[in-house]
Amino acid sequence: MTSPIDIEGGGTSVVVDGEQEPKTKPEEAKQLEGRSPGQLMWIRFKRDRTGVICAWVVLFYFTVSLLAPLIAKLYGKNPYTLYGVDPQHADAHPVLDDFGLPLGYFGGVSGDHWFGVEPQFGRDVFTMLLYGMRTSLYMALGVTVLLVVTGVIVGLIGGYFGGRTDYFLGRVTDFFLSFPQQLFFIAFMPVVTAFFVDPREETPTYFRALAILIVLWLLGWMPISRLVRSTVLSLREREFVEAAKVAGASPWRIVRKELLPNVVSPILIQFTYQLPSTILTIAFLSFAGVGFVEPTPDWGRMFATGADVAEQDPAFMFFPGVALVIFVLCFNLLGDSVRDALDPKSGR
Amino acid sequence: MKEDLVLPAPREAATDSPGEPLLQVEGLVKHFPVKGGFPIRRTVGAVQAVDGIDLSVHVGESFGLVGESGCGKSTTGRLITRLMEPTGGKISYRGKDITRASRKQLAPVRSEIQMIFQDPYSSLNPRQTVGKIISGPMEINGIEPEGGRDKRVRELLETVGLNPEHFNRFPHEFSGGQRQRIGVARALALNPKLIVADEPVSALDVSIQAQVVNLLQKVQKELGIAFLFIAHDLAVVRHFSQRVAVMYLGKIIEVGDRDSIYTRPRHPYTHALLSAVPEVNLGDGETGGRERIRLAGDVPSPINPPSGCRFRTRCWKAQDKCAAEEPPLIQISGNREGHLTACHFPEEPTIEARDEDIVLDPALAALEEAAAED
Repeated sequence: MTSPIDIEGGGTSVVVDGEQEPKTKPEEAKQLEGRSPGQLMWIRFKRDRTGVICAWVVLFYFTVSLLAPLIAKLYGKNPYTLYGVDPQHADAHPVLDDFGLPLGYFGGVSGDHWFGVEPQFGRDVFTMLLYGMRTSLYMALGVTVLLVVTGVIVGLIGGYFGGRTDYFLGRVTDFFLSFPQQLFFIAFMPVVTAFFVDPREETPTYFRALAILIVLWLLGWMPISRLVRSTVLSLREREFVEAAKVAGASPWRIVRKELLPNVVSPILIQFTYQLPSTILTIAFLSFAGVGFVEPTPDWGRMFATGADVAEQDPAFMFFPGVALVIFVLCFNLLGDSVRDALDPKSGR
Repeated sequence: MKEDLVLPAPREAATDSPGEPLLQVEGLVKHFPVKGGFPIRRTVGAVQAVDGIDLSVHVGESFGLVGESGCGKSTTGRLITRLMEPTGGKISYRGKDITRASRKQLAPVRSEIQMIFQDPYSSLNPRQTVGKIISGPMEINGIEPEGGRDKRVRELLETVGLNPEHFNRFPHEFSGGQRQRIGVARALALNPKLIVADEPVSALDVSIQAQVVNLLQKVQKELGIAFLFIAHDLAVVRHFSQRVAVMYLGKIIEVGDRDSIYTRPRHPYTHALLSAVPEVNLGDGETGGRERIRLAGDVPSPINPPSGCRFRTRCWKAQDKCAAEEPPLIQISGNREGHLTACHFPEEPTIEARDEDIVLDPALAALEEAAAED
């Protein structure tokens, strides 16, 4: 401090700070645009080959399930027709033998039925899988989005305001966490359904979907809320939050503009881990018989059928199983890649 | 010594500070409760971070606040910018009491009191561009400068010595010194009258410190902004401030214009503090031109501060009176006007070397004795 360098006239200080490089060349002038943390993350992500491949696979799954009706139309089959029983089809092209098992090899794989047919009814496995994936994927997407949004709101509010608010929200979170999840999924599904629909009437499919949504949502938002809360707790002590306060920002603005952009990374990471596990949970519910029922095509229900006929027709389990394994694996690997890209310091 | 005290009018006393007080703080207190007990948690004590301080900052003046770590400097700064709620006392800005003002009531004053933070790495939001960071305060206060906010941001970047083209960059693309300049630009965005700088250079590299201090000085002189400059680096404060207050354990123990504090200090603690500044001595050999004081022990706990004078536990002049009576912050005879000291037994107003060094540290004393015997 004894010989301070004069800034205004000092070429030295400029060089020391590494700012104001000598006249930029025209093509460099464009690059002065800074790269945001988000853009850097995207660049890092694109370098990760596993992540990119998995992202394409996951995207493929979503597109295929979104286009399920179109594909089924081109393919000329649908998941509801009983090709083995319906005389219209069964007489011309029998697909089941007298015992109700698929004719031909590997569960009846043929040019007509690419993934074979279902034992007993003879429904087309390929379209069942397409439609089943559609049900599961979009249900899971809806549930996950709800979970994340709820978790983020609760976590942000609890973490930022602290004190009494945080205490109250924290106890509510603890309360919901204390439920044994799997048991309650099974136990609550009929309760929720009976609560809204007269048990003597048939439950509409959309309502089953809604019930699954409600139950999974109510029992699933807590981990994300905890995560967001802890992130916000450390963020709110940072000086940029104080700077916003000194400028007179409202709490709402601080939460929205200062804190939220900084919790996006953990939220995104959590989202990519949450989605495959939600798919598995929905499949589990249908498998256990409290999710979707006949005749709604569903991934989980296919496993239930597959388990029933595993001894006579093991091939039936093959296609849905492989599809699910590939999807969950890819989505988890994608989650890892996203984590690495967003949070390069955490390492593995 | 108490007989010949001259009671000053402290607020108007500082002769070389221009104008009326912009900011006036009276008896400011901040106690952080200490909770304990089981099963019912009660307040069992309080960390007396700031315990009744008075200070005033005049228009365009730079006021330095020094003291060792944990003496309440930063808390004072945060209380003045109302980031914390004071436990007691009064803060008034231009005669308006803002001690308990709510966020909405504070709105008109907010743009006039700004803050520069210590850590340039945590004081900028990593997800916002420099342009957004600097224009944020304008947006919050609904200020639409002539030529638009973008133009103003460019001007500010230029003022603080950054390339205005770096507008769209993100904080992680800058060095510590550059980040601190961005922090300065943000503080300047609202044309403040008072900037509370909370150790603005202590997180920076020494070579960058000088640049930032000079930038602040330039800003202060050209724009006529008053500064409350909080630092523990005495040299920086000396370079920057016109008036200086020395804090110890939540109290101001000495305040005065720069020359009085640095060349004619009266409080033993100020003496000790000044003697701790390393100095380059050329040709003098062992005996430097300055006194040498080595204190022993640590600062007492602010939860349970010593009675009377808070410095008495480490003071070489302490007597019974110091424990019984708290010395008032007054102008002691021989002091210049505006130079207030809180001490019953003040030191001579000089920092010249003494006949005998004051070494209270027993380990160091033993070492020195051994060295003398050899």
